[in-house]
Amino acid sequence: MGKTIVEKILSRHTSSEVNPGEIVWIEIDVKSARDFGGPNVVKHYQKHYGDTPVADKNSTFFTFDLVAPPKTRKYAENQAVCREFARKHGIRVYDVDAGIGSHVLMEEGFILPGKTAVGTDSHYNIVGAIGAFGQGMGDVDITFVFKTGKTWFEVPETVKIELKGSYEFPVSAKDLVLRVLKEIKTDFALGKAIEFYGDPVENLPLYERITFLSMVTEMGGIIGFIPFTDRTIDEVKKFTGKEEIEVIYADEDAVYRDVKTIDITGLKSQIAAPPHPHNVHDVDQLKGEKVDAVYIGSCTNGRTEDFHDAYRIIKGKKVHPGTILVIAPATKRVYRELMLDGTLQGFFEAGAVIMNPSCAGCAEGHVGMIGKGEVSLNTSNRNFPGKQGKGKTFLVSPAVAAASAITGKITPPEEVL
Amino acid sequence: MKIKGRVFLLTDKNGDLIKDIDTDQIYHNAYLHITDINEMGKYALGNLEGYENFPELVKENDILIAGHNFGAGSSRQQAVDCFRALKVGAIIAPSFGAIYRRNAINSAFPIIECPGIEEYIEKGLLKHGEQIELDFEDGVILKEDGTTLPCKKPSPVQIDIFKAGGLFEYGKTVSS
Repeated sequence: MGKTIVEKILSRHTSSEVNPGEIVWIEIDVKSARDFGGPNVVKHYQKHYGDTPVADKNSTFFTFDLVAPPKTRKYAENQAVCREFARKHGIRVYDVDAGIGSHVLMEEGFILPGKTAVGTDSHYNIVGAIGAFGQGMGDVDITFVFKTGKTWFEVPETVKIELKGSYEFPVSAKDLVLRVLKEIKTDFALGKAIEFYGDPVENLPLYERITFLSMVTEMGGIIGFIPFTDRTIDEVKKFTGKEEIEVIYADEDAVYRDVKTIDITGLKSQIAAPPHPHNVHDVDQLKGEKVDAVYIGSCTNGRTEDFHDAYRIIKGKKVHPGTILVIAPATKRVYRELMLDGTLQGFFEAGAVIMNPSCAGCAEGHVGMIGKGEVSLNTSNRNFPGKQGKGKTFLVSPAVAAASAITGKITPPEEVL
Repeated sequence: MKIKGRVFLLTDKNGDLIKDIDTDQIYHNAYLHITDINEMGKYALGNLEGYENFPELVKENDILIAGHNFGAGSSRQQAVDCFRALKVGAIIAPSFGAIYRRNAINSAFPIIECPGIEEYIEKGLLKHGEQIELDFEDGVILKEDGTTLPCKKPSPVQIDIFKAGGLFEYGKTVSS
């Protein structure tokens, strides 16, 4: 019987071939904790394992991407606790300057196709974009993995989603994934791995595969994969700095729990209104609503090309008076690229607030909170009530975010191009 | 193992179990700097509309019942630990967020998947405030009148970790 992608990767990380539903112990190639969860990991570790060494210091990391740099004493203390633990154990810290941990560990060539990786980040499954198995886990799990290098895992069933149709800029992978969420909500893929097929996803460049697959978390899925094309292979090699990578495809006779086809013909710019990421509408339906804040960045839309897409809309224009535009590149590498090619200067001239690489507006404690009654348009992945303060958060593509920042209201990008 | 407690329903204004309750509604990200479990209870469900005063309403051993995909969202362990801090007896839902489910299992906190739970409530078989017993290992709700309402049996690994008292203790019992 054939295997799906997740079954193949997990099989290589345990002693035998795995089947869905089985509980297996899997070897974890890369493990990390952030400034959220990290101090809790240190606390558990010291309580249960004392000063004994971690399983493998060379594949264990801290990544400070949330409150970076720290703005309160408590966060500073939490980061200091992690740094001290890291020094003692010889663990590398990607500190407050580095950017979003999952992205950094791919860029640095630690998380690679076919590998397993876990961290205290629910969007860690984003690494499915480069064909790795990643999973966000809580601090108990991560402590255990730091110490033992493995954890138990229930092999998920895999569902298959076939997409049909096509679209053009300014419609993007973000609109595509919101469209899929609208269709399947959290019902179709909860607790499952998802394989996506069809031209609309297989044609996506790497940065848009990252966008698309980051939101498998919002579908309730364990992890998502899109089969590599030749272009993906080249892009992943360049991204991770490796000359050779392992590419894993599903077997032709792989077994899927369920199959769904979604025809996206006629796809327009999408917007997810509160209270759920799957509460999705055409931007046209909500256009004109006043926008107080716009945030472009996050693990979902924080790559260099995401900012280029937004800049295509915003170039030569100004942010609307009374509207705040905040941008935050995902990583230091992205920041540098945008600085060198002039994009950051362009955003600056347009009136944007340019943040250091980080998760920025995705969590309280950093930039991007909104007040009661205010509306924020984010390129991030969650819009649950209270996520960002008392106001309302809507999820959109970089193009819709940019267009709306210029007009100060929810705006289809075609109207300002 | 039987957990005896009072039913605590998490319902919306229509009386339906609330679906997709996200970890930011369970334990808001503003309090993620907290690492001491004893400080976490007071923030439980503090961002879920209508349940802001949950820590005052809940009693020790209460059995929370929520809708589909309880604990969607982030990987924060605090979203489980806040209920442990309040000594909540168990949580029952038709399904849980995948990471939340693992976090609860690893902390030896009893959660039970119960695909039929919405139907039981619709039919008036389970009411807010009613005393019940949850047979955790069999995944069955026992009512005071002697009737039983079946749910899903926990997986063997969930039971093993629960019996060991959590992942750390369980880890010591399995060979490396």
